Amino acid sequence: MVASLSYYPLLLAIHRPLGVAILVFAVVRLVNRLTHHPPPFLATMGPLERRVATWSERLLYVLLLAQPLVGWAMLSAARFPIVVYGPLHLAGIAPHNITLYAVLRISHSILALLLFLTFTAHMCAVLFHTLVLRDRLINRMAF
Amino acid sequence: MPDNQGVDHPPDRWLNKATLTRRGALIGMAAVAGVAAVDVGAFAYAGGWLRPDALTPSRFADGFEQVYGRHDGFRRNHAKGLSATGSFASNGAGAAVCKAAVFSAGTVPVIGRFSLSGGLPDQPDKPDTVRGLALAFLLPNGQQWRTAMINLPVFPDSTPEGFYERLLASKPLPATSQPDPQKMEAFLVRHPETAEAMKIIKQSPPSPGFSDSTFHGLNAFHATNDKGVTVAIRWTAVPLQTGQPGVPGASAGRDYLFDALIRAVSRAPLAWRLVLTIGAHEDPTDDATKPWPDSRPTIDAGTISIGAVQTEAAGNARDINFDPLVLPDGIAASDDPLLSARSAVYARSFTRRAEEPKRPSEVNVSEVRDER
Repeated sequence: MVASLSYYPLLLAIHRPLGVAILVFAVVRLVNRLTHHPPPFLATMGPLERRVATWSERLLYVLLLAQPLVGWAMLSAARFPIVVYGPLHLAGIAPHNITLYAVLRISHSILALLLFLTFTAHMCAVLFHTLVLRDRLINRMAF
Repeated sequence: MPDNQGVDHPPDRWLNKATLTRRGALIGMAAVAGVAAVDVGAFAYAGGWLRPDALTPSRFADGFEQVYGRHDGFRRNHAKGLSATGSFASNGAGAAVCKAAVFSAGTVPVIGRFSLSGGLPDQPDKPDTVRGLALAFLLPNGQQWRTAMINLPVFPDSTPEGFYERLLASKPLPATSQPDPQKMEAFLVRHPETAEAMKIIKQSPPSPGFSDSTFHGLNAFHATNDKGVTVAIRWTAVPLQTGQPGVPGASAGRDYLFDALIRAVSRAPLAWRLVLTIGAHEDPTDDATKPWPDSRPTIDAGTISIGAVQTEAAGNARDINFDPLVLPDGIAASDDPLLSARSAVYARSFTRRAEEPKRPSEVNVSEVRDER
């Protein structure tokens, strides 16, 4: 998707360790979410809004876990070394197969678009509640 | 406006206005729209949709398809090729300038690919067609070093834009099967660095075949040794075998260069010396059209040995992207603009051909009968 010739290696060099970091944080966050009760919804949120909030939260967790794993598997299938930083490498998690690489590469793009749209919708909803309704919904996520 | 019931909230100053006013809501919605616009706009910018004229990796790959046609499953450039396997025996001399594991004494396996430039997977072999040798050194701890070298002493272009323009200018006319001379002339006027490079290239005519070709990495890299000293290097693979057995001129087959290579490897492994040239402070690292002086110090780092060749197939060099920016710790890219462009365009080519159906390659090892 990257449209630049000259920034390609720099963006990739940031993208890979960032993906690993996101995977780690997503796992930690998911463990926390599954072992604790979330704060209750606001009384002002109707049943439809609560359903949208619940399912978009689940979608975000799925995407945040799946996307780095797909990226890792994609590089493994293409037999690329998986560089985190300097000499730190990760082992491959998929067999060497160019067709498998193609499937994973397409998936990575689709999941990326989904992740972008879900993140944008989530951020806009939070900003709407914070700046327009001013109902302090964000405190459910904050400390 | 009802306040939240049963939710503890510490006093927060700027959110203290519990009253939802029409004006406040409108300003808030404008702010949300502004943030959303920046968010979507940045995504669109990164994807190149706001700059339709920019030379992107996709447009570059499209250029190869425009000139050579679309050949499903094959590389957009250097489409005709032969897979190879072998090893690199490092003598430890390279460790003086580079801490990469590949330069400590020892032997590592190598996957390689011999190729001819151009996007036609079944082009007839000609002596003037640029020859490629790509190598992937498989190092311990999951590291790899990949390099794609060609048998030219300098590269014809100093920038990716120059390469792209030359590619388009080289498109053969249907009537003559040769490039339009006016287009090439116009290109060379715009790119004097290419005209200069062509003069240097003409002084080094190609050798009879693959086995005795010298392959050059051409782009500069930065090597750091374990004392933290960084130098600029370029590398070359110098053949240890010289002069191929005479190839019949008139009856040279369509794949005569590859056939001779296959026969040579079946007789004995082929070897190249890996020579590192250390650049001086004033030597350009960002212009592959400029040679470095012959007086620069060199290091013979070891011997690349190719023991076997294989028809391109699933799992061998066919399915490897010889991206020159796959580097071990100790080697880093220089500011040569061609390097990042190569990495980006090779990735595009690799992804496209991975998604396309595959066909058998033109060069077939089992069809070449060994001459005894």
